[in-house]
Amino acid sequence: MTDRTPSERADACVVGSGPAGALVAHRLASDGYDVVVLEAGPRFSRDSREERMERAVRPVDGDPDVWDVGGERDAYRSTGRRFYPLNAARVKGVGGTTLHWQGMVMRYHEADFERTTPDGATWPIDYADLRPYYAEAEAALGVAGASDNPFAPPREEPYPLPPFEPSYSDSLFAEACERLGVVTHSVPNARNSEGYDGRSACVGYGTCQPVCPSGAKYDASVHVRKAENEGARVVDRAPVQRLETDGDGRVETAVYATPDGAEHRQTARQFVLACGGVETPRLLLLSQSSDHPDGLANSSGAVGRYFMDHCYAGADGRLDEETRQNHVGFITTECHQFYDDPGRATQGTDGSVPRSDADLSPIKLEFLNYAGPSPVEMALSGEEWGDDLRDTLEAAYGDHVGMGGLVGQTPRPENRVTLDTSTTDDHGNPVPDVQWSLDARTRRSIERANEIQTRVLTEMGARAVSTVGPDETGPAYHHMGTTRMGEDPEKSVVDARLRTHDVANLSIASSSVFVTSGALNPTLTIAALALKTADHVRADL
Amino acid sequence: MELSRRDALVALASAGIAVGGIATLSADRDPPAVADDGPDAEAILSTLTTVAGVVYPSAVANVDTFVESYAAERLRRRPAYREGARATVSDLDDYVAVHTDSERYADLDTATAEAILHRLGVDSAAPERAGSISGRVRYYLVNDLLFALYASPTGGELVGIENPQGHPGGRTHSRRPE
Ligand SMILES: Cc1cc2nc3c(=O)[nH]c(=O)nc-3n(C[C@H](O)[C@H](O)[C@H](O)COP(=O)(O)OP(=O)(O)OC[C@H]3O[C@@H](n4cnc5c(N)ncnc54)[C@H](O)[C@@H]3O)c2cc1C
Ligand code: SF4
Repeated sequence: MTDRTPSERADACVVGSGPAGALVAHRLASDGYDVVVLEAGPRFSRDSREERMERAVRPVDGDPDVWDVGGERDAYRSTGRRFYPLNAARVKGVGGTTLHWQGMVMRYHEADFERTTPDGATWPIDYADLRPYYAEAEAALGVAGASDNPFAPPREEPYPLPPFEPSYSDSLFAEACERLGVVTHSVPNARNSEGYDGRSACVGYGTCQPVCPSGAKYDASVHVRKAENEGARVVDRAPVQRLETDGDGRVETAVYATPDGAEHRQTARQFVLACGGVETPRLLLLSQSSDHPDGLANSSGAVGRYFMDHCYAGADGRLDEETRQNHVGFITTECHQFYDDPGRATQGTDGSVPRSDADLSPIKLEFLNYAGPSPVEMALSGEEWGDDLRDTLEAAYGDHVGMGGLVGQTPRPENRVTLDTSTTDDHGNPVPDVQWSLDARTRRSIERANEIQTRVLTEMGARAVSTVGPDETGPAYHHMGTTRMGEDPEKSVVDARLRTHDVANLSIASSSVFVTSGALNPTLTIAALALKTADHVRADL
Repeated sequence: MELSRRDALVALASAGIAVGGIATLSADRDPPAVADDGPDAEAILSTLTTVAGVVYPSAVANVDTFVESYAAERLRRRPAYREGARATVSDLDDYVAVHTDSERYADLDTATAEAILHRLGVDSAAPERAGSISGRVRYYLVNDLLFALYASPTGGELVGIENPQGHPGGRTHSRRPE
């Protein structure tokens, strides 16, 4: 039987075993510290991965069911102007949301750390501070990439793994983009282009999101295992209910529940919260006490506020030729040209993208390898069979092209995570209420992304081009901003060392500390910040 | 297009069932026992073969061997699936006994077998692991067979994709054709 009783002695208690928690635990354990990781969800057996993949392809279950998300444990509310589908956006279990993620990993641009929020907040660190940690994070995750992105921030070392070759449809896009002066380049992927770190090379199952059966896509269970090999103890199905402080305002205990209905108390010298961008502020708010009436580490009132995500913008259409989609489940080419300067004009050999003078957020563009229908998924949800089905599949598949894109959101205090006391989870705790909405700038930026995407698809000769614009957009599931970092304790929750201003032995490793969102997938930055957190915690131990 | 036992092996891999080599496929062994009451594995296999006659396109040949090699192994390795399929075949046979002159779905000719699926509304039913008979027939019988076919390279080829989703066919397929 699994022992879920507290460790007698712990230097550090890490809450959450996604990439942030796993990397912190691994680094501290490697240095010889006693580390306990408390993880709310279960440990999924590796042998179940193929069965989960079948679930992902066969239409009985929704994507969240693939990793058993949902039910009372994961109850939530969404009361903002836009619905926020929280349970599509996270996984609870050893490895966290990276079990489900796509695995695109890029460094934030220098400009991302220089941005100022509308209320005047800024990042207290810059790209140079994170640069060595980015390199370590790339080695840890095993990133396949090439240094062909002229817009990316400076890097000295090559990527640990060679890049994936551009797909066939990438080459069709590249020709059209060249005629318009739109620059294309490779995507760094946390996915093995060749064997790495004891895991196999990608074999093209094409179901990376929500599950990679071969293990070629990185997920944080890799570092959980490494941490355990270094002596860390990982307790699964142990959701932390609240943190309790002593008379000096230091966290003394993490109170956690176990499946047998018992509650346990884990003490430690240092605590690191790594519960993702929604559960981290929720746990701080749940840890409210007479000493911390507004929640722990919340003297600024910023806990839960400034919630941001990246908004999706897309366009697709059909060509009069084969485009070879849905062979692999990941993207090989993207474009950062409209990131630092979203309104810029381009001039190519045979056309252009016009300039926009509007105030815009950063835009990242993607060239999809999974545009249009997947025949197997279509076969399983259609209403035909036999020759009719075959004819339908043949007619539907083969000539689609699509572009995706991410647009950053402006941090605004009204977008926030609070506790909804009218609903409780399986342990009787108030559920998170996610209040999310779009501002005018984000809407304009999505329209700008659509304009560029439509220009490219039209240049390719695509028919029936349709877009996913500001009315149809949804979140990319990158939770950010809810415990923002800053120098001013009255405006932010953690300092440049990722330590909460209010509580000396409590640090946060998460995108919840991001001050601005940028428009790049956040996890490499989360990983880099986690490694930095671990270094500071080590210094405090 | 001939469906081979190699296709069956690949379909099994897509369903998460790793089989050491073609020689180890259970078609070479006895089919698995299922349960004391209701149809045994043999009956489930012949029902699946009859359903395949309806839902597979006419361009594929050698359906019987493919279905048997695939499904026997799947029944053997996935007890929950086997139990669901057994109960579903049993209910389907009961329906057939009431509505036709036959006792078993597996004994129907293809036209009648298709008519029964339509009468049950299986074509438009949402697949279900537990629930209505039409939803379960859709899940355990129809969709299982369609998954085996269209996630396999031969099924993919039929509709123009060499490396369908769910099939570990190597990532070179997305490149420009040689
Ligand atoms: C569909 C999808 C695609 C994505 N694609 C990408 C991508 O391509 N690139 C990218 O960079 N990012 C991507 N992401 C985002 C990425 O998955 C997250 O940024 C990343 O996993 C966050 O890491 P984390 O460690 O902060 O949190 P998580 O990975 O969410 O881990 C948090 C862990 O904490 C646990 N926990 C929560 N509360 C408690 C508690 N009270 N007690 C104990 N444990 C608790 C949870 O169970 C969970 O295991 C994607 C996400 C989704 C959903
Ligand atoms: S395409 Fe590669 S990374 Fe994605 S699921 Fe398949 S093997 Fe895993």
